[in-house]
Amino acid sequence: MDFVQNFPAVSILMCLFAGIISSGMKKRSARYISMGLIVAVTVLSLCTLLYILKTGQAFVYVMGKFPAPWGNEIRAGVLEAFMAFFFCVIMFLSLEGGRKKLADEVEEGKTFLYYVLSDLLLSSLLALVYTNDLFTAYVFVEINTIAACGLIMIRQNGRTIKASARYMIMSLLGSGLFLMGLCMLYDLTGHLLMSNIKEQAALIYASGEYRIPLLIVIALMSVGLAIKSALFPFHAWLPDAYGYSTVSSAAILSSLVSKGYIFLLIKIIYRVIGFDIFNSSKIINVLFIFGLMGMIFGSLSAIRENDVRRMISFSSVAQIGYIYMGIGMGTQAGIGASVFHILSHAATKSLLFIAAIGLTDVSGGSRKFIELTGAAYRNKWAGAAFTVGSLSMVGVPMFSGFISKLLFAQAAVQNNVKMLPALIVLGISTVLNAIYFMKTVIRIYTPVDDGKYDSIRFKDMKSYTVILICFILLNVILGVSSQPVVDLIDQGLAMFS
Amino acid sequence: MSKLRPQKEYEKTFAFHFFRWLSGSKDPYLGEVEMKPQKETETAKATILERMNEKEMIRDKVYDVENNKKLAVFHKIYVIMAILFCIILAGLLLYTVSYLPRTGNPSNPDNNMVSRRYIENGLQETGSLNIVSGMILTYRAFDTFGETNVLFIATCCVMILLMVDDAILKKQETVNDRQFEPQNDAILKGTAFVLCPIIFIFGIYIILNGHLSPGGGFSGGAVLGAGLILYVNAYGFKKTQKFFNEHVYKTAKITALCMYGIIGSYFYILGANGIENHIPLGIPGHILSGGIILPIDICVGLEVACTMYAFYALFRRGGL
Repeated sequence: MDFVQNFPAVSILMCLFAGIISSGMKKRSARYISMGLIVAVTVLSLCTLLYILKTGQAFVYVMGKFPAPWGNEIRAGVLEAFMAFFFCVIMFLSLEGGRKKLADEVEEGKTFLYYVLSDLLLSSLLALVYTNDLFTAYVFVEINTIAACGLIMIRQNGRTIKASARYMIMSLLGSGLFLMGLCMLYDLTGHLLMSNIKEQAALIYASGEYRIPLLIVIALMSVGLAIKSALFPFHAWLPDAYGYSTVSSAAILSSLVSKGYIFLLIKIIYRVIGFDIFNSSKIINVLFIFGLMGMIFGSLSAIRENDVRRMISFSSVAQIGYIYMGIGMGTQAGIGASVFHILSHAATKSLLFIAAIGLTDVSGGSRKFIELTGAAYRNKWAGAAFTVGSLSMVGVPMFSGFISKLLFAQAAVQNNVKMLPALIVLGISTVLNAIYFMKTVIRIYTPVDDGKYDSIRFKDMKSYTVILICFILLNVILGVSSQPVVDLIDQGLAMFS
Repeated sequence: MSKLRPQKEYEKTFAFHFFRWLSGSKDPYLGEVEMKPQKETETAKATILERMNEKEMIRDKVYDVENNKKLAVFHKIYVIMAILFCIILAGLLLYTVSYLPRTGNPSNPDNNMVSRRYIENGLQETGSLNIVSGMILTYRAFDTFGETNVLFIATCCVMILLMVDDAILKKQETVNDRQFEPQNDAILKGTAFVLCPIIFIFGIYIILNGHLSPGGGFSGGAVLGAGLILYVNAYGFKKTQKFFNEHVYKTAKITALCMYGIIGSYFYILGANGIENHIPLGIPGHILSGGIILPIDICVGLEVACTMYAFYALFRRGGL
């Protein structure tokens, strides 16, 4: 066995250790540990990715000396390693971009807990990405849920407490449904390891014995994970949770936490239930329809919103709808497009949240649109970044959002039945996106010279600007040279089965 | 014909004053009455707050279910829909259960090689008489490490929510109505004096015998934590803090979790690389046996006891 194969397991364990150790640290050292950890995990994931690309096949890693069906196991393929790498990059940028705000909004004595939570959140994300065992996935889903709640409520005011209570209830409901599905699946197959379940599930499906329980298992797992990732009818917790929490939390939650669950669902489709069995169930149509509805209703709510942070949050509902529409198409291309949209949305949404905070800061801390007039002149970099994010979300060429929309459209064309609704709703949703994002961009570039608010100088926000530039570059790279990424995703999806 | 008066004299007459007042060329008060320039009106902060409160009150009134008919109807529909949804979900799940394999049937899918190996080879491979302990702490040790971290992160979240600064805490203690609670309850104290040592010893026994008899770190830790809570109730926080304050809590928690992590990582990484680890399994049935199970049990026990006590203390007074 090669030395590099230890890296995925080591990175998960490192995150857990970092969380434990920083719980006894002061604020500053906790931050250094957290940042060092993220950089280290990024490097390890990149090494793993390069190693897998070189050998050309995925590897499994047994945690402990007992082999697969008895012990725990993790598995790394191209897509897993790439996701881990990407998640780490976004995590680093989000934490660093919202650092100043974090110091303002979180009690001095509790800041170290923020880094404890973010370390453990990263560990759970990595475990969800790498795991080859359904029960390990469930354990880390629990960690993920509690850490996300903590991230919301660490900014202590009434709204965040309410939002986190709501999130907790919805999220626990999702976990509960997922656990029920897991128990039933164990009862049917007698395994917890993904590859063994897949073999057994194929046998059961062929024999036709346990059709109904298998259908219910698929339903429970999909709905459970859909609740946790805020698919349209289950999105009630989302706007408050993203809108009022501190900005790093909002960026992390929208771009990583919900995406981790979606990635787990994709993994379940390919590696647990089996792509064909999942497609032959009716659940996939339900996901498709919910996705389409989310694309429209999320955008409509965003148009009505008068608060810029909540508007961006509602836009997340629409974007999650896109991802589920891709999954619901039931083709390889559809899921490929969804995975690309996971990346592009993660890069764009965190950019938007962090740019929005720069704009509201030069508008007297108000998030109402009327106060934001001309904010882009007062904070030029944040204005530029917000514009880039908006253009990407709308789907203008050169930015990442365009590529994902193109991929969705291509995937839709391959599917005879779902082509028409998918293309129509894609068009409507793009127009709606353009309405609310362009409205904001025009608003922030409308000149006012009443001198009500001071503009901020570049000198005062060096690190913030660097983060924004990194985000813009990430977006443009995903938009301009998308072909290598798309190839990686296809290769990774092929490795799944 | 009247004579034209000189200007100076005319200025003294009533007519001059009257016409001057009529044309408005002179303000009769200016220079005569003392006047201050008007200040710009400033609303006091308290007034602004009051107005905001009023706004909130209006909003509360809108959501006032008793007086708002539409809202009342909505609430009724909401409740009915919620109950219906729950009944449908429960019915669906019950319907599914009837299709699942029957319990206790030897040909069920879950009676396969996985559980067979746990039962047949568990003793030789883990050195533990308690199969459950052997399974969760050796075969599936990674899951259990994750589960222990769930406890850890739960305490972190409760700390975010309820932890109060020491200075505020001291101030509160004098104002709080807690001081009226009976403190030196003789019966409670006497009972705790007898029971606490027994509870502690029993908890330690459960932890140390996790690999030999039913029990283990999680249950033993819960017993230890319960003992600590009883002690606090009987003797008060001041006396408890002499041996279990925040510093001790942090040290114990971090040491336990780190030890678990180190033992676990050693086991996972050596095992994965196919290197034989040198933790002796011992003779099954002896107290020093079971390989990594005993040290991990101790760590888990400490962590669980700390978590139990921390929850109680945080909910009770917002600090350890």
